Amino acid sequence: MRRPGLHTALRVVLPLAVAAALIGAWQIAASNGAIAEALNIEPVFVPSPAEVAGALWDNRTLLLENAWVTLREILIGLGTGIVLGILLSVAMRFSWLLRDTFYPIAVALQAVPIVVLAPILVVWFNYGVWPKVIIVAIACFFPILVATLDGLRSVDPEAVKMMRTLDASRWAIFRRVEAPTALPSFFSGAKIAVAIAPIVALFAELAGANSGLMLVITQANNNFREDLVFAAALILAVIGVLLVGLTALAQRLVVTWR
Amino acid sequence: MSVVARGLSHAYGELRSLDSIDLEAANGEVLALVGPSGCGKSTLLEIACGLREPGAGTIEVEGDADATGRLSHAAYMPQRDLLLPWFSALDNAALALRNRGAGRTDARREAGALFERFGLAGFEAARPQELSGGMRQRVAFLRTLVAGKPVLALDEPFASLDAISRAEMQEWLAGALRTDRRTVLLVSHDIEEALYLADRVIVLSARPGRIVAELRAPDPRAADRDAVVTDPSFVAVREQALRALHAGAR
Repeated sequence: MRRPGLHTALRVVLPLAVAAALIGAWQIAASNGAIAEALNIEPVFVPSPAEVAGALWDNRTLLLENAWVTLREILIGLGTGIVLGILLSVAMRFSWLLRDTFYPIAVALQAVPIVVLAPILVVWFNYGVWPKVIIVAIACFFPILVATLDGLRSVDPEAVKMMRTLDASRWAIFRRVEAPTALPSFFSGAKIAVAIAPIVALFAELAGANSGLMLVITQANNNFREDLVFAAALILAVIGVLLVGLTALAQRLVVTWR
Repeated sequence: MSVVARGLSHAYGELRSLDSIDLEAANGEVLALVGPSGCGKSTLLEIACGLREPGAGTIEVEGDADATGRLSHAAYMPQRDLLLPWFSALDNAALALRNRGAGRTDARREAGALFERFGLAGFEAARPQELSGGMRQRVAFLRTLVAGKPVLALDEPFASLDAISRAEMQEWLAGALRTDRRTVLLVSHDIEEALYLADRVIVLSARPGRIVAELRAPDPRAADRDAVVTDPSFVAVREQALRALHAGAR
């Protein structure tokens, strides 16, 4: 018999224990120079977790300021992408003309690699936040559009007939049947969007930025400050985990019938 | 007359599903349609409800021959209960009222008033997935009834239930129709169910569906189902219906 309480506790304890063990092993291997020796590099290039923690604390203002820049790019881009994805998928559901016109364009836009798009947008919009926001939005809106459209297409035609004989308008059918049917698919798309948004934001910063975590990482790397690189990466990991966690939480709160 | 069909035919492309159907149902009459699978029974219901247009012939529901008019007079209860899992039992039952623009509170009050009588008291807030098959069908029927339309189109309402719950639900539906008279078009593949619930049973042939027999039920919707279905007069009509069904299936 598996006890649910025990299972829940293990789900929290096990990942933490494994992470702690890995960090401990890394601490030992980094501080006695085993990793550097194995890689045949200077020990200074292999910061121990303690050194990363030190760099995190010593550079907290620099890291937080730039993390806020990157986080803002991610959030505004993601938000724009989600809103666009929802609006477009709903519009395409209501009008086949819109769908046949804009779906191929969306696919084509998606097919343009971000590495190509980013430098162009930097030239057009300068080094500020906007080229990053636009790129994150473009990258995030596509999975939302595709997933939500799929969800809307999976609506049971029998349920629509039933609603019609219960005097439902087109809007009532959308609101009470189609939109709830599509919600789980929308969240699948949102999870993909949330997972790629930080990566895309960093790519966009790489193409040209005067602030942001990628700038910190690039400069630290050029100065052989690997401890700072790891510290920035740690912040990114936290942002990623928070975004995915919040999306999962939102799904649990909204999709209560599964 | 509540429902009148004359020379009604329908085809899905090359596939003919209904062939010159003539039928009438009086106000408050329960008319059952039985026939082999694919004989167009469900198509006939969809046409009656204004969800589909006939290929030839006419059908009038409460005097209206056009699809919009038929749609406004008939409510359709599909084979599967199709309760919406994101709504409570009460909100599912109140769907028609909400669709017509009633506020949430008013709609819930109106639909909730019927829960007691339908043996659903206490389950207002339950989600459909928490209800048994029989209860789900009752909520689905309630949802159809709350629409307040004079004609109900029931498409094999109990096909998904096991034999025991099915007999119980037939008895229950008989009771519900005794207190709330509506014109009912009932599609079934179960002759016993049709003869017990309906005033008249129309037997359709295999595709394309034609009327091969019309039988009057001996004791429609009697309180004691077990006594009725084992009565010699019932058994005799059932045999007649079975023979017609088999002859039509060939």
